[in-house]
Amino acid sequence: MNTFLIILTGALVAASCGFLGCFLILRRMAMLGDAISHAILPGIVIAFLLSGSRDIVPMLIGAAVVGLVTVLIVQLLSQNGVKTDAAIGVTFTALFSVGVVLVSMYTAQVDLDLDCVLYGEIAYVPWDTWQWGGIDMGPRAAWGVGGVFLLSLLIIGLFFKQFKLCSFDPALAAAIGIPVVFFHYLLMTLVSLTTVAAFESVGAILVVAMLVVPSATAYLLTEKLHHMLWISMGVGVLCSIFGYLLASWLDSSIAGAMTAVSGFLFLLAFLFSPSHGLVTRMMTRRKMRLSEQA
Amino acid sequence: MNLLLVLQDPNTQWVLMGCILLGISSGVLGCFAFLRGRSLVGDALAHAALPGVCLIYLFTGSKSIGLFLIGAGIAGLLATYSITAISRYTRIKEDTSLAIVLSVFFGIGIVLLTFIQHSASGNQSGLDKFLFGQAASLVKSDVITIMLVAGVLILMTTLLFKEFTLLSFDPGFGRGLGFPMGLLDGLLMLMLLMSVVIGLQAVGVVLVAAMLIAPAVTARYWTDKLGRMVVLSGTFGALSGVLGTLISTQQENLPTGPTIVLSATCFFLFSILFSPRRGILARFYRFMKLRNKVLVEDVMQSLYECLEEQAGRSRVGGVYLGINEADIAHKSGKSMSQVRKALSELTRKKWVAERAKPGKSSAWTFTRAGLQAAYAYILNQRLWDLYHMTQNQYHHVQIDQSQEELAPQLSDEVLAQMMAQLEAYDLTPKLTEGTTESGLYLGKQEQGGVSL
Repeated sequence: MNTFLIILTGALVAASCGFLGCFLILRRMAMLGDAISHAILPGIVIAFLLSGSRDIVPMLIGAAVVGLVTVLIVQLLSQNGVKTDAAIGVTFTALFSVGVVLVSMYTAQVDLDLDCVLYGEIAYVPWDTWQWGGIDMGPRAAWGVGGVFLLSLLIIGLFFKQFKLCSFDPALAAAIGIPVVFFHYLLMTLVSLTTVAAFESVGAILVVAMLVVPSATAYLLTEKLHHMLWISMGVGVLCSIFGYLLASWLDSSIAGAMTAVSGFLFLLAFLFSPSHGLVTRMMTRRKMRLSEQA
Repeated sequence: MNLLLVLQDPNTQWVLMGCILLGISSGVLGCFAFLRGRSLVGDALAHAALPGVCLIYLFTGSKSIGLFLIGAGIAGLLATYSITAISRYTRIKEDTSLAIVLSVFFGIGIVLLTFIQHSASGNQSGLDKFLFGQAASLVKSDVITIMLVAGVLILMTTLLFKEFTLLSFDPGFGRGLGFPMGLLDGLLMLMLLMSVVIGLQAVGVVLVAAMLIAPAVTARYWTDKLGRMVVLSGTFGALSGVLGTLISTQQENLPTGPTIVLSATCFFLFSILFSPRRGILARFYRFMKLRNKVLVEDVMQSLYECLEEQAGRSRVGGVYLGINEADIAHKSGKSMSQVRKALSELTRKKWVAERAKPGKSSAWTFTRAGLQAAYAYILNQRLWDLYHMTQNQYHHVQIDQSQEELAPQLSDEVLAQMMAQLEAYDLTPKLTEGTTESGLYLGKQEQGGVSL
């Protein structure tokens, strides 16, 4: 049962991250996921200090707010002539530093040490359950991540066309009257929410990896956005299953193992993707050369 | 006093020394990374170092910083190669491949790290310290390693300064000159990697990236010359190191790494606000000045054109001329308050004068100097209009459109041709000193105001 719950939570995280990640990598904002996931640390800590509990709702709000602030600052800096990558780098490291300082100054006494915030530990998910009216409803993390996942499915499903157009041709989207900036921040809100919902239970590494690697894998396998979304979710679920197996075999971090598996799957796609794979293309080229000689 | 006491502690001196050197070397190298558009590579390399360090520990069981450096270096090279390979052989962009490599390497590293921790080989606590940074735990031997590496890095940058400059601004040209650009690029990456690795122990994985970026971006705000930028960036790095270390010694529970990064961020924020040429305040000031200039010019133009119309309508020797504020506002499309502001500015320059009509609202005309200035301005405007309308005729004339004045750019011949054309279109400015003096309107010269 616990195995199932861990894999389920992992799969939920992977699917919701992969889903949003597709839009991130299409907009060349892959590193923004990394940035947000580090930058929201002060938001979490402040929410924790203010509310005094590890309840997910205040943390979700705190982190989502700081996540959006991060996006805003990055935008502001790039408008003021700082290169985008440098703007991202300066912003998230500064916010992260603030977070670390806050953690080490104010929360030394309570259970919010850095390792826990940074790594999260998905192995403890089954024991941190949500009690509702005296009934055990199952792991809190699964509910949190699952809720955010449903929310992003709903929002992206409703505005799929708009998101698609904004990702591929923002200029055209703006020209035909789609509020591009609004959708940008809507997407960023979803990314922040997902990041923080997953952050606490599975740790930053897994979030960052799942935001980028499965969607990049899917990007190599298809030409259609909705296929890419499905494939990326599927890859995420595979990572969760095989990651768990790998971790229990090695007796190591589950989140780390899931990331490692996602890297392996990406490598497979990189080499053997039917349209973009390195090996596949080499074979095709060789075949062509042979037929030319014949 | 407390500060002096702290400074006498030999251990603090070592830490301080280490952080200063780190600041300098990463500041210097960060400039080149920044200019190559690779600010986040430091972040990726720092994360990628983890599996290398863990593997070295797994194989050798020792915790010497020198061996860790080698492991991190190898892993970093592999990561660099992967980033390049992914973006070269697929349609995945550089930022995505950076994020992929970063997270996958770090994930593998975490697997190895937890594997080590769980496999009961006991004392692995130094690994965490190494990766998540604890400047306070730097000891003499670490600092000596840092010193050596930082010294080599700074020396190499000095020696290869010209080559790296070429690499940063125009690698294609450099290749044309016969420099091995690929090799230099690889060397730069290797040097970045080395500065990341020595930084890891002091400030940790995430923050080592900040030490590469923040001083470089800060320095960029103060100069346009690469040489100065590198020196400034190194200085900012060193200052952040000093400040961060000192502040963190003053307060318990204040980790050194983040404090150093926050000091660097403060320098950056200060620069982005206050730097004399590119700072936000300076640019805002310039913007407001420009806006004011445009407003004054617009109002001046409107006044001129209103007067021109009035002069055209009025009989010679007839009516009292002068324009009231409402008409100027109507003509220029500005609000009354804006018009008043501009008029008071023009009054201060003694270019316009106000004459109260008995019992009615006041009217404005130019002074002699004001009319001269307005004439020149209007003529220039209309020449530009003409030039834009009939650009085809003048495409052989070299015109710098970013210049404000058109007439000085023209030869006498072309200018005469354009003036004739203006006349033909009935666009020649009609109010000149000459018209006034020839008596378009004969009146007493009052209070410096020109009567038309």
